[in-house]
Amino acid sequence: MERFARDSFANPTGSHRASREARQAIDESRDQIASLLGVLPGEIIFTSGGTESDNTVVFGAVRRTGGVAVTSNAEHHAVLHPVEHVNGIVVPVDAGGVIDLVALEEVLRQTPNVAVVSVMAVNNETGVITDMKSVSRVVREHAPKAIIHSDAVQAAPWMDLAPITAVVDSISLSAHKFGGPKGVGILWLRQGISVEPLMFGGGQERERRSGTHNVAGIVGTAAALVETRAEMDTVVRRVGVMRDRLVDKVTATVGGIHEVAPRSSRVPGSAHVCVEGVENEALLFLLDQANVCASAASACASGAMEPSHVLHAMGVDPNLARGALRMTLGHTTADADIDLAISALTESITHLRRS
Amino acid sequence: MRVLMAMSGGVDSSVAAAELIAAGHDVVGVTMRLWGGESDTGCCSVSDVEDARRVAQQLGIDHVVFNFTEDFNRHVVDPYVDAHRIGVTPNPCIECNRHLKFERLSERARVLGFEAVATGHHARIIHLDDGTPRLARAHDRAKDQSYVLYTCDRDELDRTLFPVGSMTKDVVREKAVALGLRTATKPDSQDVCFISRQGGRESFLGNRIPLRRARVVGTDGQPEGEVDSVELVTLGQRRGLGGPGGGPKKFVVEIKREGEEATVVVGPREMLMTQYEVIDNIVWPDGQPNEVVGAGLAVMVQCSAHGETAPATLKIEDGGLHLNWFEPHLRVSPGQSVVFYDPTDTYVVGGGIVSASRTK
Repeated sequence: MERFARDSFANPTGSHRASREARQAIDESRDQIASLLGVLPGEIIFTSGGTESDNTVVFGAVRRTGGVAVTSNAEHHAVLHPVEHVNGIVVPVDAGGVIDLVALEEVLRQTPNVAVVSVMAVNNETGVITDMKSVSRVVREHAPKAIIHSDAVQAAPWMDLAPITAVVDSISLSAHKFGGPKGVGILWLRQGISVEPLMFGGGQERERRSGTHNVAGIVGTAAALVETRAEMDTVVRRVGVMRDRLVDKVTATVGGIHEVAPRSSRVPGSAHVCVEGVENEALLFLLDQANVCASAASACASGAMEPSHVLHAMGVDPNLARGALRMTLGHTTADADIDLAISALTESITHLRRS
Repeated sequence: MRVLMAMSGGVDSSVAAAELIAAGHDVVGVTMRLWGGESDTGCCSVSDVEDARRVAQQLGIDHVVFNFTEDFNRHVVDPYVDAHRIGVTPNPCIECNRHLKFERLSERARVLGFEAVATGHHARIIHLDDGTPRLARAHDRAKDQSYVLYTCDRDELDRTLFPVGSMTKDVVREKAVALGLRTATKPDSQDVCFISRQGGRESFLGNRIPLRRARVVGTDGQPEGEVDSVELVTLGQRRGLGGPGGGPKKFVVEIKREGEEATVVVGPREMLMTQYEVIDNIVWPDGQPNEVVGAGLAVMVQCSAHGETAPATLKIEDGGLHLNWFEPHLRVSPGQSVVFYDPTDTYVVGGGIVSASRTK
């Protein structure tokens, strides 16, 4: 990656020697990624991130067919907002945070021209996993012409993506969620399925996404995905143990800690909790002072924390949702980090409840 | 001292932050996100948050954003709409200071271990001979904001700093220029932050409550015109009453509401003159002064953000606080805050809201 960021400046679409080097780097990256996803290299489209990938599919499918977009109310805004923008249909999730399949079936039955059904593989706030196989079954049966899209951005570090690509038509990935650079995304689009591009111009990515390639970013993305897969089993096991220790210890020490979905239904890197009797904005401030970087829900343009639409969708009591804390562990998290987080959390929560 | 500096993204709070840092305080900047809806008048816009953040970065301090939109709606916007519905004239900036900048932010700061909250308001805190803190007028009298801060009680004053209260606005701007702050030439915010300039009050209120047409009549009951929305009419208003031009100036002297029917009565200015007002929602910074139950407390009174002051006596009569003017005074619209200053007109001794019901 560094070579292409520092020394090799050529545009991969040129025809000269230097361009060919860059082109080869992209081709090889594409091959590596395709093989890890269990798909064909020609089905991989490089984008600027998960958001662009999601937008491409939602807008592109609706524009291509004039049909309706369908999603759940706990989706990432990168899906939810485009779907709302094209007046799509938003299906509720159940209390466990998974799309209500009965409601989905009902919507698909009543809507003759569904263009795309977008359901995230792993929720970005709660870590809740959706079984894409069951979603796929419902969609294939009741809306056979619809594209099944899955925002798999949060799934990439924790699970084999091949079983997902086997049952859906497109997925979005974001490089920085698996240790790659920020600003690079992947859109996998099954062969034979086409959507209107968002970007027109030089015709890169087989006319599906115009714009000069981010060569260094793409090379870094492939390298990160290769490494993520190589270490996945070990990381999943190690991080799961750390996550359990973190949540169990804090729960045992301060009490009043609620997990909105069972751990078994969530990825191991998600330590999402709702802290009773605490405002998360104050808690985040104290954690930040103690060098613990966490989040609550998602931030708005001003940088302020917004109340979580995901917890609202799951029917979590608004008072409890005010104490929502979204801690994420990753492949670099070490036991010492967990020790620090436990002590900062227990001290901060105790302090805030006393004040 | 650990100080939480409320940074709006304007020049005053930018310079205030720089002053605190220069004085050796441990400062964290905070911008409150208050209004979640559309706005084009500043205060809560993303570009103002950006200005605040960039100034904090330049000054080398941490900057955070607190989302108080729910509190703002509950304490400022909803009461603003309700006030118009029942025909009183609210002062949302005062309610924002009372509930957000002081109660909410001050409490949050205390919980987070800050010893004081600072703001960029033009006001000062002085101490009387016995050490009692008092909210005093700013050094720059033309920019004085003590009127909109009168709800600060003693505890809050003890934990509040106004770093630019002793400077003229010119000095503030000079300092901002000297420091190279991006906010140096930013214009002062003027309007109610949640009302857009484009749509104005009418569109804001019209989206929330039914606005009713009303007849405008003279004191003799003769029709004078019509107004589109009685909810927007204020006691003492002269313009926009739909009457013919020319003739003697006429002012709103009464707004009658009988069920669904509303009538605006206009008359000569003399009809607005009064000897007294009844005051509700009274705030004394530390307890009611004895004089108000005895001979009466002599005060100077200010009735609007940049209004003139006039002398009056405060006294409890018929169970309510009566403000008795020395000289006949224009009536103050119900809902407006009146702020009491000491006889030298230097510091705040209390304040309250003009009652809609006159008991005398």
